[in-house]
Amino acid sequence: MTDALSNLGAATLRWLRSLGHAAFFFLDLLRFSPAALRRFSLVVAQVHAIGNLSLVIILASGLAVGFVLALQMYYALVTYGAAESLGLIVNLALVRELGPVVTGLLFAGRAGTSLTAEIGLMKAGEQIAAMEMMAIDPRSRVLAPRFLGGIVSMPILAVLFSAIGILGAYVVAVLMIGVDAGNFWSIMEARVDVWRDVGNGIFKSVVFGVICTFVALYQGYETEATPEGVAYATTRTVVISSLGILAMDFVLTALMFSTP
Amino acid sequence: MGKKRIEILVGLFVVLGAVGLVFLALKAANLANFTVGDTYKVQARFDNIGGLKVRAPVRSAGVTVGRVSKVALDAKTYQGVVTLDIEHGFVFPKDSSAKILTAGLLGDQYIGIEPGADEKNLEPGATITQTQSAIVLENLIGQFLFNKAAENGSDTGVKK
Repeated sequence: MTDALSNLGAATLRWLRSLGHAAFFFLDLLRFSPAALRRFSLVVAQVHAIGNLSLVIILASGLAVGFVLALQMYYALVTYGAAESLGLIVNLALVRELGPVVTGLLFAGRAGTSLTAEIGLMKAGEQIAAMEMMAIDPRSRVLAPRFLGGIVSMPILAVLFSAIGILGAYVVAVLMIGVDAGNFWSIMEARVDVWRDVGNGIFKSVVFGVICTFVALYQGYETEATPEGVAYATTRTVVISSLGILAMDFVLTALMFSTP
Repeated sequence: MGKKRIEILVGLFVVLGAVGLVFLALKAANLANFTVGDTYKVQARFDNIGGLKVRAPVRSAGVTVGRVSKVALDAKTYQGVVTLDIEHGFVFPKDSSAKILTAGLLGDQYIGIEPGADEKNLEPGATITQTQSAIVLENLIGQFLFNKAAENGSDTGVKK
């Protein structure tokens, strides 16, 4: 009986300690960001590794999601004679929700795992320890540039996802199904608010970028220095990032879009 | 990979993102609709503004001439006071009337201005005196039922 209680207590204390450790790690990332900005070429290299290399999958997914949304929404709307609003519905769905969230999930899977694996292998190969021996702070040289790279890349990727999704929906709706092109754009232009919808979507994507990159870097930094450890760390990165994105999405949507 | 090449690719990435953002803001949202011109303010009082929201359009003959900028409640007369921003190019006579109309069957509400016949025009800061409140569906149904009941009542009265 007392054994079970003491195990429970020990597990809780361990969890709290790791929570605190993660919080301090996050503060370190923030603290060393100005130093990383001074070494701008490092940040640029990371934006390339995180953002540019994710372009193909983000653009392809955006196009596919746009196609499918247009098709599905058309069949739902045409029963009520509201097929002219197809552009509006697709736009709002993409810009408010699907753009930030799907981009975040893909980002966690593609960039998050590569960050975790890279940092984990640096730790396993004792490169971090070697840097500390040379009095180079690994946080400002390795971690903070990747953090900034992730925060910069994520909103750009989310915007591109939404934009190409809308273009894909245009192709399907206007060119293939035959919805009126003028109505497609004009109803969208009249009803989508640039600050409330597009702006809130971009804010969401920045928050998701912070979550994904922080979790990826933390898992990589704290992993066991073995191949198995790195494998577990990449899995945990994707799982925790995805759950974090979905939870924050609900909270942010409730805050931003509930009717006043 | 050369450092220069990486920088060029990242630059292209950021430019592509900016282009996407501009596309979303202009073609897919209402940034282009924001009037950059000067506007003057006019007030109108309604008994019931219905679902009128801030930034709802103000239209005359169907053409958008301005936007609703503020909605408030007058604490003394318990009327809704709506402040309209009308673009400088459009002037209306002093006895114009303002109605709250609905765009389409279930659409958003907007203010429609019908010009009057006065020679003098509305000054900035003036109040539109002729107004018609929004149609509240419940009142309409209640009115309809009351009329129906009155009809039936008078019918049975005649028969008897």
